Amino acid sequence: MTSRLFGEPVQRVEDAQLVTGRGHYLDDLGHDALAAAFVRSPHAHARVLDIDVTAALDVEGLVAIYTYDDLAASPRGTVAEALPLLIPHPALHAPRTGYALAREEVNHVGEAVVMVVASDRYVAEDAAERIVVTYGVLPPVVGIEAARSAERRTHDDVPDNVAAHLLQEVGDVQAAFAGSPRTLELDLAIQRSASMPLEGKGVYARWDAEDGSMRVYSSTQTSTSVRAAVAAKLDLPLNKVDCIAPMVGGGFGVKIVHPWPEEVLVPWAARELGREVKWVEDRREHFVSSAHERGQLHTIKVGFDDDGRLLALDVRFWHDNGAYTPYGIIVPIITSTQLLGPYKPGAYRVEFWSLYTNTVIVTPYRGAGRPQGCFAMERVMDAIADALGLDRAEVRERNFITPEEMPYDHHMTFQDGRPLIYDSGDFPATLAKLRTLIGWDDTLAQVASWRAAGRRVGVGLACYVEGTGVGPYEGAHVVVETSGKVKVATGLTTQGQGHFTSFAQIAADELGVALEDVEVVTGDTRRFGYAVGTFASRAAVMSGNAIAFAARSVREKALRIAGDALEADPGDLEIVDGVVRVKGSPAASIPLATVAVLSNPLRYAFDEASKAATQFAVGDTSGPPVREDDEPGLEGTDYYSPVGATFANGMHAVVVETDPETAEIKVLRYCVVHDCGPLINPLIVEGQVHGGVAQGVGGALYERMEYDENGQLLNASFMDFLMPYASEIPHIEIDHLETRSPLNPLGIKGAGEAGVIPSAAVFASAIEDAEGFVITAMPISPSELFDLRRRHAAGEVPSLRREDRRTEEMR
Amino acid sequence: MGKRDFPTRMRQDHRVKPSPFGYAAPATVEEALAVLAQVGDDAKVLAGGQSLLPILNMRLAAPAHLVDVNRLRELAYVRAEEGGVRVGALARHVDVERSVPAYDALPLLRQALQLVAHPVIRNRGTTVGSLAHADPSGEMTAVLALTGGSVVAARRGSTRTVAAADFFLGPLESALEPGELAVSAFFPSFPARTGTTFLEVARRHGDYAVCGLAAAVTLAADGTVTAARASYISVGGTPVVIDFTELLAGSAPDESGWHAAGELARQQVEPEADIHASADYRRHLVGVLTRRALGEAAGRAA
Repeated sequence: MTSRLFGEPVQRVEDAQLVTGRGHYLDDLGHDALAAAFVRSPHAHARVLDIDVTAALDVEGLVAIYTYDDLAASPRGTVAEALPLLIPHPALHAPRTGYALAREEVNHVGEAVVMVVASDRYVAEDAAERIVVTYGVLPPVVGIEAARSAERRTHDDVPDNVAAHLLQEVGDVQAAFAGSPRTLELDLAIQRSASMPLEGKGVYARWDAEDGSMRVYSSTQTSTSVRAAVAAKLDLPLNKVDCIAPMVGGGFGVKIVHPWPEEVLVPWAARELGREVKWVEDRREHFVSSAHERGQLHTIKVGFDDDGRLLALDVRFWHDNGAYTPYGIIVPIITSTQLLGPYKPGAYRVEFWSLYTNTVIVTPYRGAGRPQGCFAMERVMDAIADALGLDRAEVRERNFITPEEMPYDHHMTFQDGRPLIYDSGDFPATLAKLRTLIGWDDTLAQVASWRAAGRRVGVGLACYVEGTGVGPYEGAHVVVETSGKVKVATGLTTQGQGHFTSFAQIAADELGVALEDVEVVTGDTRRFGYAVGTFASRAAVMSGNAIAFAARSVREKALRIAGDALEADPGDLEIVDGVVRVKGSPAASIPLATVAVLSNPLRYAFDEASKAATQFAVGDTSGPPVREDDEPGLEGTDYYSPVGATFANGMHAVVVETDPETAEIKVLRYCVVHDCGPLINPLIVEGQVHGGVAQGVGGALYERMEYDENGQLLNASFMDFLMPYASEIPHIEIDHLETRSPLNPLGIKGAGEAGVIPSAAVFASAIEDAEGFVITAMPISPSELFDLRRRHAAGEVPSLRREDRRTEEMR
Repeated sequence: MGKRDFPTRMRQDHRVKPSPFGYAAPATVEEALAVLAQVGDDAKVLAGGQSLLPILNMRLAAPAHLVDVNRLRELAYVRAEEGGVRVGALARHVDVERSVPAYDALPLLRQALQLVAHPVIRNRGTTVGSLAHADPSGEMTAVLALTGGSVVAARRGSTRTVAAADFFLGPLESALEPGELAVSAFFPSFPARTGTTFLEVARRHGDYAVCGLAAAVTLAADGTVTAARASYISVGGTPVVIDFTELLAGSAPDESGWHAAGELARQQVEPEADIHASADYRRHLVGVLTRRALGEAAGRAA
């Protein structure tokens, strides 16, 4: 047998290209294209009163200036209509979306108002600088409290600023509280951050006037859907539009939103002008005109028994959705459902309000509402442990759903509109592995002795469950060419996940060929037109299984054709190293390349190999060259569409030390146990975990969006938005559990978001443990920790009960 | 003759973001001073560009001219001279950081430079350029202030030496006048039996400090303190120098003295809040870091 590649830490085949500058990202394309630049609103909330372009008109190299009026005057398409509401939901009672260019009002700093097209970006920026927009400034709504108070409105016709309100209740929460011997209440806050891919967005459009066709390149997480949106907005037949995601330098969620204004405007302008047009987002634009996430306030009441078992959980939270809701209410829905983690909540009631503010829109960022939910739930677990004086791991374990209870139905509706049913997972085993990895008891003892010696050291623990691999579907096309090379195409996109390697491993295994003989293409509608996109840790599960299915159908066909050629039963054949042979009699064999030739009956020979398939070379003339139930070519297309998400899980533990004087926070150890089912490629999975933890460290200790009361983003650069450097990321210790999913034949679950989910929770847990007082808001900076210490000393921040008990003991 | 009567050319490369500017790349100091004499009213001197170029690319500044001094090889030197270290305008941070004669004469230079941003930035950024930029968070401003150093400013036909105390006027504002080029900086050495250190708290490695200081402690032969001073960054519009000599002279170099100095420093600074740190936290750090830095410096003086 060819050695199995599934499960091997195969080096990523794409990396040589990427690290030697041959990656072809969006800005590497279209060197001769015209360049677009945008005049963006400097105000968070204003009416657009007048746009004066006069001063820009004499800029040499200027090609066009477009405002909303030009879109409205466009004879073809719907570019002037509001951008689509991508994911409607019955609870989203007041959805609002923006326009490609501001119509009469701007609702956040950075909203596009005027588009400039010029010979190059430099000229476009020069012209944009000269355009004078007169605004009638309106009072902005900034922050969740301001939105909730509704003293000001983001949208005139949404008086309470509430875009959506959703309540789910499982069991009788009121009765469960009545029967709870103990209760606790917590107020918890998480601030805004953002995906911040190193490559911003970018769009490059080529209009072919003679052919009436449009080719769009976009740095997107969904090329098929951008294609559909462009076709709809520009009133073009779908088959005249293609969209290609070239190499994409990270997405992390922000590029799943579509069509971005620029994804409509750039192709539209290309058609208007009959010229290639390109726009590449710069970092400042990304900060103020792409998407953010995470900002939520939570109020939680929990009822539990003396053993720390949950009996009732009542969660209310307020979600800041920014100025518009193009992506619906996916993020708060995920918080409300995934908050439950690996636990049985008893009776559960969750209610959220999604609020408009005059800030950048909020859409999923890696983790997508789970970091907030995990933070909330894990704060509850620590609070229960502290209240009862129990070991924090023990309290968690007592509330775990057990493997015997799988599949576990929470009787709620998940983000995909389907029942929230955990398909699998062994949470006690995950925790046991983590306790072993970190040496839980020894670490706690060590930390206690350090603390006794005056050091401030704490251990944090956090558990999460992540619904991955949501539908509706993905598909794949696999073809064996007459060279014997295998070409795989799947429609979803790649933004650094190593798909060219992991997908090739799957196809190579299924077909019995070498890894280097497989080439994978993603995100190119010319190659595969049906897809959803890469988000929600779904690519490996969805396309991985689709590729396996498609490859299996190709294998079956190859064996059948080879069986005819070798006069053997296909059941007796195997494919090893690209050669089909009779099991136990390897001399009777035929290369897969030859099988590919034979699969396509020919009249014309174009090379030596193809002669074998020509009409006078084929022996059997009893039937039609292509059988009734067959097709020419050694290829297959198949799809994977699951009944629901498959649920991965993981648990993190961290040891931190805080400086007693400067309040600096240092990570001493970071341990991860992760269960995403069988690993296709451990190297890639661990890379995903590393990247996730790095973003999580950023979200917990460094990054936030600092808006002032006027809605100005004060830190819209990498100088002041503190994305951690490599020097801030701890060494990460990882162990894996591989609990198979029963939902798909490969048994796999997603891993993309895992690393980032428990970060705020685990750091809050550790810092609280180190400091001895309650942490309720993340991220946290040394300056804030210093402030908390002062407030704690002044009696304004409560001590952990642990400290009270210690004081009592000392008496 | 118009204003462009000097070796300048308008931007040719189409893939940059700044506003239009004239560009001159003089080959000698004399030529540079001639150019600055012509266009200095609305010109920026480009050396390492580590602060200037981002500002230009974001169009936060739009000088009509850039005078690129990167060809002035005659200014690319680091020299240990009588009484101190002289650094030419084109010496990169890394040149100063790695210079053994400079370290021998004034270890504080290397101690501070290791905290200046990251190696790739130090490879390009210049020490004199960072002084001219006068960012009150820049480590080298504190070093110049603590050592009582000076900057040599040249203009066509004349040269003047500006003492550190007179050089930093405010945030991003130096005493350099239009038409002037900072050609070198001089950092005096400390007396024998002086120990120094540079400590700071930064949000991330290599970031501008939330609070930081350069400190120097001189001990007498009998081990008592004869002089102690510190110079702070990120707590004022210019580097803030505090002299503890009066407080500590004649006393033993011990924790109680450093603590008292920390208290004194805490009371003297007037830091401001920004998005990274409150004013209270900065003031608190001044006390903590003063105590730590003086102790460390004294340990090196012995």
